[in-house]
Amino acid sequence: MSMLLTWSIAVAQILLGLAMACAAYRMLRGPRAQDRVLGFDTLSVDAMLMLLAFGIKSGSTIYFEAALIVALLGFVGTLALAKFLLRGEVIE
Amino acid sequence: MTPGAEVSALWTIPTAAFLLAGAALALIGSLGLLRLRGFYERVHAPTLGTTLATVCIAIASMIYFSALESRLVLHELLIVIFGVVTTPISLMILVRAAVFRDASQNRSSFPRTGENER
Repeated sequence: MSMLLTWSIAVAQILLGLAMACAAYRMLRGPRAQDRVLGFDTLSVDAMLMLLAFGIKSGSTIYFEAALIVALLGFVGTLALAKFLLRGEVIE
Repeated sequence: MTPGAEVSALWTIPTAAFLLAGAALALIGSLGLLRLRGFYERVHAPTLGTTLATVCIAIASMIYFSALESRLVLHELLIVIFGVVTTPISLMILVRAAVFRDASQNRSSFPRTGENER
């Protein structure tokens, strides 16, 4: 039955890779700056989910902490970029 | 090491199901980000990935590590709580920035539903 888990992890990683490709396309080719910021936010969330899938694949909880850090940095980065778009500077 | 070598089928089946469901939901959200037209439509799509897909994959990870270590492992709940709390904050500030930019540049993509609404 470990065959099922191996294949489902592989399929899930392919799907998450496609999701990351869509988000990266929107980040690189977004018509305006807010589209790029939205693409970056989605890319960080998809990378976090990819790290959780890697954690299930390897069976170690190290990847969980990496996923938490990616989520944290994605939130802070999105917030700083949105604040920059709103005011023109990050820290007032 | 092959994954799930010492985990019984009772736990690998829900792990695989939740993992595939979460990955498919994340892909649907990102496809919505790719396909929708305006920014104000596009901002709705990735929330599918940040809420439901994160919950599904975190449940899969919790089930798998609970079965692997034969104790209750719930620390993926932190990621779920963090994502649910932070996604509305960042997207609201981002949409506010987009509204500010559209209003200051008189763009036609600015959604006007009524006279008093903004």
